[in-house]
Amino acid sequence: MVVLEKGKFGVGKLLAYLVAILIGWACLYPVLLLLISSFTSEGSLLRYGYQFIPHKLSVLAYQSIFISNTVPQAYLVTVFFTVVGTILSLLITFLTAYPLSSNKLKNRQWVIMIFYFTMLFSGGLVPTYILITQYLQLANSIWVYIFPSLLNVWNMFVMMNYFRSIPSELYEAARTEGASELRILFGIVLPLSLPAIATIGLFYAVGYWGEWQQAALYMTNESLWSLQFLIMNLLQNISIAQSIAQAGFALASNTVSVAPADTVRLATAVVTMGPIVLLFPFLQRFFVTGLTVGAIKG
Amino acid sequence: MADSKKTKRAPRERKRLAGRLKDLVTNWPLYILLVPGLLFVLIFSYGPMVGIVIAFEDFNPIQGLFGSPFVGFQNFQIFFEGQQWLQVTFNTFFLNALFIASGTVASLFIAILLTELGKSVLVRVVQTVVILPNFISWPIIAMIALVFLQSPQGVVDELMTRFHLPPTQFYSDPNVWPVTLMILNTWKGAGFGAIIYMASIMGIDKEMYEAARIDGATRMQMIFRITLPMLRPMIAILLLLSVGGMFKGNTDMIYSMVGNNSLLYSTTNVIDTYVFRNVLNGIGFGINGAVGLMQSLLGFALVLLMNWLAKKIDPDYALF
Repeated sequence: MVVLEKGKFGVGKLLAYLVAILIGWACLYPVLLLLISSFTSEGSLLRYGYQFIPHKLSVLAYQSIFISNTVPQAYLVTVFFTVVGTILSLLITFLTAYPLSSNKLKNRQWVIMIFYFTMLFSGGLVPTYILITQYLQLANSIWVYIFPSLLNVWNMFVMMNYFRSIPSELYEAARTEGASELRILFGIVLPLSLPAIATIGLFYAVGYWGEWQQAALYMTNESLWSLQFLIMNLLQNISIAQSIAQAGFALASNTVSVAPADTVRLATAVVTMGPIVLLFPFLQRFFVTGLTVGAIKG
Repeated sequence: MADSKKTKRAPRERKRLAGRLKDLVTNWPLYILLVPGLLFVLIFSYGPMVGIVIAFEDFNPIQGLFGSPFVGFQNFQIFFEGQQWLQVTFNTFFLNALFIASGTVASLFIAILLTELGKSVLVRVVQTVVILPNFISWPIIAMIALVFLQSPQGVVDELMTRFHLPPTQFYSDPNVWPVTLMILNTWKGAGFGAIIYMASIMGIDKEMYEAARIDGATRMQMIFRITLPMLRPMIAILLLLSVGGMFKGNTDMIYSMVGNNSLLYSTTNVIDTYVFRNVLNGIGFGINGAVGLMQSLLGFALVLLMNWLAKKIDPDYALF
């Protein structure tokens, strides 16, 4: 991109910088406000609203969360299906993308069509619901978070395109030396595609971490709620937040006049958002490269 | 004469089929690797397609898929006779149109702004920050929205009180929600989209800008006469792809924000949330199956149309 000649710093450029900073701030501010509000005392929250610089700080909300069972349980459940799900998803995506990337298969276009069609047309929520509850008996099982989401066809195509960008000479050389396809896959393709695997793994992980519809549809057992579904219940049903807040209130009832129900909700959100936001600065370049690769391949 | 043509065609086709079947044997290691993936789509993507029969049944969980009475198109009739179908269909299209328009404009704006500012630390920081909202889930955004929109106490409420404006009861006024949802959707997605456009802008030939600069063009002229026209294929394709999805509402976003607050349904209930809420309450399986089938069919037709149009713009656009 052509940049203005050095030394020329017009009003236009200054304005542009200001707008850019404003945009960046607009993205950060809501997240920061959530964070700060979660550390505000419930009393000052009720009196002064959500202030960027709170009147009084308090960690009572966080104490309440860790004492009571609800949030740690949901955390455990969510971490489990996110980790297990991501590993299994990467495995199945990897195994599926490799054959489809090879020109050796005569039926390649047909098999690709079998996968691609599922992106265009689906049976809908009702048949899926019947399938999962009646035929697969996955209701109230932690595996309902994992199995229906195992393979994301879009991610698989991205990986397939990545494999196709590996020079075919490498494949040829290995095949003439008599290596089996499995050996090629794990001995050559795997080491060469670590960045793609990392990127797609991150996309899967973020996807699993955000799952809540499965909880809403299939979980009557509260101890199997995902974190995101807990957040939704905290939002819609104040009594859940209140019962968590009671635990902390009991701790500090001599110094605090009101149970930290609102701040408990905020703190749960912070704790849920935590891993992604904390890891984000380190992982963002994976997302950016993954995006651009995906965009260029169309 | 016609006879020999027929006999010439048949062996060729039989050979091709034989070749395809033979391939299953020759390349069997590769096909074995495909088994998990194929099994998955068979069960979770093609399996539910069998369940489409529910749309034509008065479905009863006890009698099951093949025991429930067949009612033909009655479910469709019931849906269209009710009041809801016009509202949820309109909401689906209207909201999607808002999202697509605002998202495209915002993404383009950010992409061009950041590219024009060149490579500085500030730009790289903003570039990073701007994609952060995309990785925050909708339930969390709903919580953040509460901080802003809650009345009293919310940030917007406090601001309006300070300027002596009457406060808006966000969570009981349905009319503010199309704009609110549009703003939230743009906040989450604009940065992500901007990255895609920025990648395209990088690919524009620098010499065009050099020639324009020598000819005395201003920055604005260069943006409007070079950058935007060069981006037109990319914009068109992304627009077409988005329009292809017009029939699909975003349950994740809308249900997270609205929940079971029926006061807001009139402007926020889309086809997907309508079906979702009914399934949650375990009612009307047949009708909802019918609605889902219609949505899938119409969506499919629309996507095919849009994909075909996209290919006309850029023949390279093909997934394989």
